[in-house]
Amino acid sequence: MKIKGTVWKFGDNIDTDLITPGKYMDLPLEELKKHVLEVVNPEFAAKVKAGDVIIAGANFGCGSSRETAPQAIKALGVGAVVAESFARIFFRNAVAIGLPVISCSKVAEAFDNGDEAEVDIEKAEIRNITKGITLKATPLSEDIKNVILKGGIIPLLKELAEERRRKSQQGRIKQ
Amino acid sequence: MGMTMAEKILARASGREVVSPGEYVTASIDCAMVHEGLAAVYTTLLGAGIDSVWNPDKIVAVLDHAVPAPNERYAGIHKLVRDAVKKLGIRNYYGERAGICHQVMVERGHVAPGMLIVGTDSHSTTYGALGAAGTGIGFTEMAYVFATGRLWFRVPETIKFDLEGELPYMVSAKDVILYLIGKYSSEAAQYKSVEFVGSMAKEMSVDGRMTMCNMAMEMGAKFAFFEPDEKTMRYLEGSVKDVEALKADDDAKYEEVYMEDLSGLEPQVAAPFTVDNVHPVSKFEGKRIDQAVIGSCTNGRLEDLRVAAEILNGREVHPDVRLLVIPASWKTYREAMEEGILATLIGAGAIICNPGCGPCFGAHMGLLASGETCIASINRNFRGRMGSYDAEVYLASPATVAASCVEGKIADPRRY
Repeated sequence: MKIKGTVWKFGDNIDTDLITPGKYMDLPLEELKKHVLEVVNPEFAAKVKAGDVIIAGANFGCGSSRETAPQAIKALGVGAVVAESFARIFFRNAVAIGLPVISCSKVAEAFDNGDEAEVDIEKAEIRNITKGITLKATPLSEDIKNVILKGGIIPLLKELAEERRRKSQQGRIKQ
Repeated sequence: MGMTMAEKILARASGREVVSPGEYVTASIDCAMVHEGLAAVYTTLLGAGIDSVWNPDKIVAVLDHAVPAPNERYAGIHKLVRDAVKKLGIRNYYGERAGICHQVMVERGHVAPGMLIVGTDSHSTTYGALGAAGTGIGFTEMAYVFATGRLWFRVPETIKFDLEGELPYMVSAKDVILYLIGKYSSEAAQYKSVEFVGSMAKEMSVDGRMTMCNMAMEMGAKFAFFEPDEKTMRYLEGSVKDVEALKADDDAKYEEVYMEDLSGLEPQVAAPFTVDNVHPVSKFEGKRIDQAVIGSCTNGRLEDLRVAAEILNGREVHPDVRLLVIPASWKTYREAMEEGILATLIGAGAIICNPGCGPCFGAHMGLLASGETCIASINRNFRGRMGSYDAEVYLASPATVAASCVEGKIADPRRY
C-alpha cells in the first residue's frame, strides 16, 4: 500500500481535543470534520485533499479515547498520518478504522508544509519526493498491517457475522 | 523469570504461562465498560451484521459524559444507549443516576485485583488502584470485544515508581502525580505499564490511588497499578467476592525504576496547554481566576470534597469566582450530604452540580468564555478543553482549587 500526497505538517503533542474538540463531539461526522485542528491550522479542514499526508512530531493523538479523532481525519480524505510517535489509543483507533498510521523518527524535520510525500506501509518507507529524501519508518507488525490493508476491523466483523450465519444454517440442516 | 502485574494479568488472560514485553497476545476480556460510546458501538455492530454480544453480564454501561442531556442530539444518543442496553441484554446498566463511569465501576463491584478491563474512555487506567489492568479503547475495537470477548494487546514494558516519604500538610495524591508527569513528561509511559510502590504509595487511600492511576494516562500509560493490600481488601468488602491478592514477582524485570522522596513536595499546578507543564503553586500565585471546578474522575471523591469543605468552612467563595462542585457519583453525593460537606460548600457559595463528567471535556455545564481562566481538579488542560480556545485551564488538587476560590486567584492551600 502506497499513499502519495501533499504534506500538512503539525508539531508535537497534537491532542485529541485539538483534532475533534469536545464542544463539537455531538455533531455528525460530516459536520465535525470541518473543525479538525481548526485552532492549529484554520485552513486545514477546508483545503486538505484526498490522499494528502499528515506529518507530525511526537505524541500525536494524545489525550482522550475518542475515535472521532482518527475518524474525522479519515473522513477528510487524509491518506496517512506519519508521526515521530503516537499516543497509544489514537494509534489503535486509527488501525481499527483502517487509517494508515506509521511512526518514523525525525520525520518532522525532513518535511515542510506543501512537500510531496510518499508513504509505503509495506516497506515502512517515507519519501519526501520534493526534497529527494527517503526515511526508514518503524515497521508495523504483520497483524496490524493486515488490519490496515483490510480497511479496519469492520470488514473483519462482517466476515465474522457471515461465518456465524453459515454455521447456524449448517446447524439447522444437520438437525 | 518473574513477571510484573501487567505481564501476569496478560499471561493469565491469554492462557499463557509466561509473557514478556514486546510480544503480541490475544486476551479474553473480564469486563467491558461503555459510557455514551455505547451508541457508536451498537451502531457499528449492527452495521457489521452482528446483533448479539459474547457475554452481556461482562458489560457495564453508564451514562456520564453529558447528563442530563444538554441538547437534542445528546438526548438522541442517550435514547440509543437505552435501546442498545435492552436489545443486547445488558443488566449492568446504570443510566444517568449513578455517576462517572470509573467511580461507578469500582463502587458497584465491577473491579477486582487481577482483572483485565477495557473501557471506551482513556481514564480506564483508574482500575489499577485496585490492582486491575484497565485501559482505554475506541468504539470500533469495543465492537470487536462485544462480538468476540477478545482483543489483541502488546505486552508492555513496565516502569516502577518507588514513592517514599509522608505527604506534607495539604499536599495530596494529585500533587504527586502532577509532579511526576511534570518531571518525567507526558510521554514517559507511552505504551507502558506503571507500578506505584513504596511507603508513600502504601499510605495513600484508595481515593488517592485512583487519582494517581487515573492521571497515569496523562503520561501515556497503558495500565497503572498499586499492589493490592489490606486497604484494597477493605474497600472491596461487601461489593466483590473471592478477592485474590495479586503482586508483581520480586524478580520481575522493569524497564526503569524511579525513586522519589516526596516528603518535601509543594502543591503542584499544571499550566496550559499540556499536562506536563507543571510547577509549584508559588509560580502561579496571584493569577486571577473566573471559574473553579472540583470534580471529575480524577478528584470528585469524598476526600476531595471533604478537604474543599475544610478550607471553605466559614469562608466565602470570592464574588468574581464561580465554583462548581461535581461529586463523582451518587454514592459520593449522598455521603457528602450526610457528612454535612455539601451544606458547608453551599454555605460558602459553591454551585453543586449533579454527578457526571460536567464541563471537564467541554460538552456542557459550565464552559469558559474567551479570555477566562479556570482552576480545576480535573485531568486535562488542553487548548479548548473546557469551552473557548482562548480560555485557560490550570490543573491542581482540590485543596489548591478551594484555596484559590477564597482568594479569587491561584493560592497556596497550606495557608489554610
